[in-house]
Amino acid sequence: MNLTIEVNNNTLQASQGETILDVLSRNGMKVPTLCYMKGLFPTGSCRMCVVEVEGRRNLVTACSEPVLDGMKIMTHSMRVIESRKTIVELLLSNHPDDCLYCERNGSCELQKLSEDLNVRERRISGNKNNYKLDVSSTSIVRDPAKCILCGRCVRVCEEIEGVTAIEFVGRGSKTFIDTSFNHGLNLSSCVNCGQCIMVCPTGALKEKPHINEIKNNLSNPDKVVVVQYAPSISVSLAEEFGFKPGQNIIGLMNAALRRIGFNFVFDTSFSADLTIMEEASELVHRVTNGGVLPMITSCCPGWVKYAEEFGHDILPNLSSCKSPQQMMGAIIKSYFAESEGIAPENIYSVSVMPCTAKKFEQQREEMTQNGISDVDAVLTTRELARLIRMYGIDIHKMEPELADSPLGTRSSAGKIFGSSGGVMEAAIRTAHYLITGKEMVKFQVKALRGLQGRKEAHIQIGDLNVGVAVVSGLKNAAELLEEVRNGRDDIHFIEVMACPGGCINGGGQPIGTDEEAVKARMATLYDIDEKDAIKASHKNPYIVELYDKFLGKPLGHKSHHLLHTHYQKREVN
Amino acid sequence: MKSIVQEILKEYPNAGYDSLIPILQHVQEKMGFLSEESVVEVSKYLKMPASKIFGVATFYNQFRFTQPGKYHVQVCRGTACHVLGSATVLDEIEKNLKIKSGQTTRDKLFSLEVVACIGACGLAPVISINGEFHAKVSSETIKTIFQDYKSREVQP
Ligand code: SF4
Ligand code: SF4
Ligand code: FES
Repeated sequence: MNLTIEVNNNTLQASQGETILDVLSRNGMKVPTLCYMKGLFPTGSCRMCVVEVEGRRNLVTACSEPVLDGMKIMTHSMRVIESRKTIVELLLSNHPDDCLYCERNGSCELQKLSEDLNVRERRISGNKNNYKLDVSSTSIVRDPAKCILCGRCVRVCEEIEGVTAIEFVGRGSKTFIDTSFNHGLNLSSCVNCGQCIMVCPTGALKEKPHINEIKNNLSNPDKVVVVQYAPSISVSLAEEFGFKPGQNIIGLMNAALRRIGFNFVFDTSFSADLTIMEEASELVHRVTNGGVLPMITSCCPGWVKYAEEFGHDILPNLSSCKSPQQMMGAIIKSYFAESEGIAPENIYSVSVMPCTAKKFEQQREEMTQNGISDVDAVLTTRELARLIRMYGIDIHKMEPELADSPLGTRSSAGKIFGSSGGVMEAAIRTAHYLITGKEMVKFQVKALRGLQGRKEAHIQIGDLNVGVAVVSGLKNAAELLEEVRNGRDDIHFIEVMACPGGCINGGGQPIGTDEEAVKARMATLYDIDEKDAIKASHKNPYIVELYDKFLGKPLGHKSHHLLHTHYQKREVN
Repeated sequence: MKSIVQEILKEYPNAGYDSLIPILQHVQEKMGFLSEESVVEVSKYLKMPASKIFGVATFYNQFRFTQPGKYHVQVCRGTACHVLGSATVLDEIEKNLKIKSGQTTRDKLFSLEVVACIGACGLAPVISINGEFHAKVSSETIKTIFQDYKSREVQP
């Protein structure tokens, strides 16, 4: 730190290359921002973060202005506050103002800004925005009337996901966010990852809700309503109810789900174990039989659609395994239905996912048996929280309960699926056993843990040196695949997740999820793994039983029929 | 057979993003508008997402995305015309043709475009139909002008 600056008459140290905002945040001083996105190049377009710098005639944007030695800054002078307030008033001037009906009532940044800046009357009124809702997508609902053009969705879609489904269209007061040729999102290249929802400050982007459908089925006495929840839900739901980030509330969640009226409560981590059995077997099969390598995971439906659109050449590399959600769905309507004596068509199967793309996956025509969907409805973490509140359940007062057996018992390998790198680590544990007949001495593969966008390792399994890579954020995936296309051949197995950091940072997670929260969730998952007695999928006794009683063996006839799928090329613009 | 767009793209070897606008102008000049298909072809050629090209193109008034009609109507919204009521003129034409600026009537007869000054301020408010100027138009004259064009179509 070689620079000295003065902020609101306090002396602060700063380094060359830092922006004013960097220094302020480091010192716990807050200025409001809208277009700023941590980790991405500042655009300085919203001017929400303006501050006064001595000697400068105009206010400067803190997010994009580098600090200079001796700078004197005022972050909350009268002029600054008035200017920020005017910006908010202008944003409100054409806003629909239907907060009471809005999804983001209470978690809206525009609401918060007008509250913080004490906006108490409508000084400026313009024509109300009047754009059509886009409900064409299976996963995402867009309401451009609520958009304040901060550009965050456009940037995340392009710079993190490499998809660019949406863009600024038109200009001046007629600018809005839309897809190519104003087609609905369903016809665009959108992969349904929902990362745009996570960054949107307002209610302009949200998930396609499935709550009403589920309510109807819960009150239908002819239906057996079954729920499964993804590995990451128990460590992310907590924040919706004021627990500390990353707290594992699995027992309370089980109890709440039963109070809502779900007849059976299952853990998708169980079918994550099942996925590992199939996927590790597939890997071993490919490696020993000269199959297509590198093999690439297929449990992220955002990634799968991306590959179907932009990676036609690598579709043969994708594992044919269905995702854990779909495997669980298929097992519920076959094995479970059979053993409970329930007709599959009388089962209404719900899943709770950290993900909006799962809503798309659930509706894929490949995900059916004899015309019956494997899974009937998908709730995001946010929707589950809403459902719990709607049914008047005080989750704090619940006594912890266990999930139902046998589809509710997992190994910890299935649990770490929720984190980027977890699928790979779980697969290595089982592949090691399949290849060498021995368990790994130490189960952890530390190099594959953490929030980095790309992680790689070379692992000795018997005589084989297996190269593995883990990427999250589809832009990172695209870069790695480019290397593979250009001849890189030391990598045999790749895990891809569309969301940065994996499902713990999925597009269906609580609004306001930040890096700290994601880290906390990740830490809890690995902590659960650390303490668990059964750390490998093939050692889960219920998985062993499922194969003995029903499936036969991994990659066998029944597995092929129920647990594997195929992919289609998609032409999109 | 190679498409017109492919022929055009041949003239831009090794083109980068900075060639986007010239290419789009070229396509529009040859085809009269930017069709979705041509935008997709340009997008593949430049390896630039179609949504991005659409975003850029909609920023500029000069690009249109619907096929122009047999009669292309330009309404001047320059200063002189504005002062003499071109807003009402535009409104009237939109009502008369039942389309908005940038659109083409369903029978493909008329398309409508708003332009900045067309350099005929003495004739304000002025509109141009296929390059032919109609001076000092008003709500009444608009009706007769378009009635005239429409009736040309009915008689063989
Ligand atoms: S869901 Fe993902 S791919 Fe689709 S528009 Fe949003 S960020 Fe882009
Ligand atoms: S949709 Fe949301 S994130 Fe996207 S520009 Fe509008 S307000 Fe910003
Ligand atoms: S946050 Fe700095 S200009 Fe938008």
